Amino acid sequence: MSERIFVEGNVAISWGAATAGCQAFYGYPITPQNEITEWFAREFPKMGRIFVQSQSELGSINMLYGGAAAGIRAMTSTSSPGWSLMQETVSDLANAELPCVIVNVQRGGPGGGPIRHAQQDYLQCTKGGGHGDYRNIVLTPSSAQECCDLTQLAFYLADKYRNPVLILSDAIIGRLRETVELERIEFGPVPDKDWAVGGKARHRDGRRHLVEHAGDLYGRYPSYRALLQRLQEKIKEMQKAELRYEAYKMEDANLVLVAYGYTARVAKEAINMARAEGIKAGLMRLITAWPFPDDLIREKASEGSRFLVVEDSLGQLIEDVRCAVAGRTEVHLVGILDRHIPTDGGMIMPDKVFSKIKEINEAESGGSRGYHE
Amino acid sequence: MNEQLKMVREKVAGRPKLLVPQTAGFVYCPGCQEPLAARIIAEVLEELEVGGKSIGIFDIGCVSFLLGVLDIDALNTPHGRPPDMATAIKRAYPDNIVFTVQGDGGLLAIGADPLLGVLTRSEKITIIMLNNTVYGTTGGQMAPTSLVGQTTTTTPEGRDVTRFGFPVHAAEMIATFKGVAYCARGAFNTPANYQRTRRYMKTAFQKQMDNIGLSFVEIICACPPNWHMSPQDSLKWIEEKLILEFPLGEFKNVDRLE
Repeated sequence: MSERIFVEGNVAISWGAATAGCQAFYGYPITPQNEITEWFAREFPKMGRIFVQSQSELGSINMLYGGAAAGIRAMTSTSSPGWSLMQETVSDLANAELPCVIVNVQRGGPGGGPIRHAQQDYLQCTKGGGHGDYRNIVLTPSSAQECCDLTQLAFYLADKYRNPVLILSDAIIGRLRETVELERIEFGPVPDKDWAVGGKARHRDGRRHLVEHAGDLYGRYPSYRALLQRLQEKIKEMQKAELRYEAYKMEDANLVLVAYGYTARVAKEAINMARAEGIKAGLMRLITAWPFPDDLIREKASEGSRFLVVEDSLGQLIEDVRCAVAGRTEVHLVGILDRHIPTDGGMIMPDKVFSKIKEINEAESGGSRGYHE
Repeated sequence: MNEQLKMVREKVAGRPKLLVPQTAGFVYCPGCQEPLAARIIAEVLEELEVGGKSIGIFDIGCVSFLLGVLDIDALNTPHGRPPDMATAIKRAYPDNIVFTVQGDGGLLAIGADPLLGVLTRSEKITIIMLNNTVYGTTGGQMAPTSLVGQTTTTTPEGRDVTRFGFPVHAAEMIATFKGVAYCARGAFNTPANYQRTRRYMKTAFQKQMDNIGLSFVEIICACPPNWHMSPQDSLKWIEEKLILEFPLGEFKNVDRLE
């Protein structure tokens, strides 16, 4: 049974979590994700579920560790500075192999930055962020509907891999009000949480369960090496099975735009403008920022397509694109310095992207293969 | 052997069932009093018949050894964070017994944020703090509880109040919070104090079982290697110095929060 609701992206994330059977939410106020925390504060008690307003983002993420260790579906949400604070425990969650969902509604940085939109946490989110070797699946919604659906997916993937899953949104997607089909998505069975704590009496075998963030001290793995091997296997499994993207007008494209989140919508509009003038532009919209579609980009680059990355930062996603392209072709950027006004309220606008597309299209191809920005 | 003698012997020298046999060797240093804390926790949980529903959350530091010592469901956590985990687990399983064991640095320095959080929210958990006045695992650095003038590896000239301030009195501070049901400080330097501390521990868990409010027990523990003393001199130092700075007793004991 489905229901239609008209909500902003942040609220759609909350509905998605509730629909996926999230039992506990821990949050601390920070703009621009407050709608999420306030939704849970309002709705979860009515559903008989758990809401805790933590004393800090450190509190939120460590409560999440506790909730995940107890074997329940649990979530926290924050924005960029809070996400930075959480990193030690995100690393611990990966080591302890605790399934959980974390939402980062990005705002500007570095530092306190402006409280408005930006996309400056790409590298921090996709490359780990905390210390040690681990990867989290990073889902990047670019509509309210996707906020809802990808949150449900996030809970499934977290349970499937016993790994944290991150939802990387931004202030524009978070505040964008759209119609959402609210429907529970069935993804299939997930493994039993027969490792969770809850008191020995609760366990079938009557033996104690330990959740520890070292991995090899008390028998989860026979050695540190075995733990690392498992983490590496898991990274490879996730890379192989969980890559998601949307290819928009890509079949005949010789100029490939790469974007995620709000800038993907901007890029799409610019592509429509370009297509109206006969320019063969297409979009590779990331749905997972990690895993990243290296192979597809490499393939397109080998065919001679040129690349334009549209991201509201000084250039972070572009590093992954350049790495996949490996010098085969040109990679350009429309970034945060190309916003329509130079204030923190400025945005990357479709006409700016369109003019860059035209500029690249008119320039003679095949010249320099260095870094064009 | 008659039955009564057997019972007495079991009580005095027996091993509580909730203690894991240490077959791979004993991890603690000579004269360390953490094993005594482990023992009374095990005994009290057994007496209260809650071993099967207890969840212990052990901080980084020597207290993380408890993961291999107490035969209950347990977690270890990033440094200072056990009260956060305890919050989430107790909310998920309100009928379980959830407690943390932390050092003085883990609770009062790096863990001050989660401590203040659980005190404010009056979480129905038990916090056990082992106060040995130093960071034990890392080699005896100054802790929030180090005495004025105490020599540590980071206060080689002794703790100077103009630069490092005064020792923190956890039990007295925690007793001031309205959400706290029980708060006490014990020690293991004499058999009498050991028995008293054991009673404090039992009351603290009983408060949680009765769902009254947060309960807290601070225990002064000897750390002979980092104090550079013999185990015997350590007991003397507790008697002569530490108990003067950190008086023993119950600081709060209520059956209803107000």
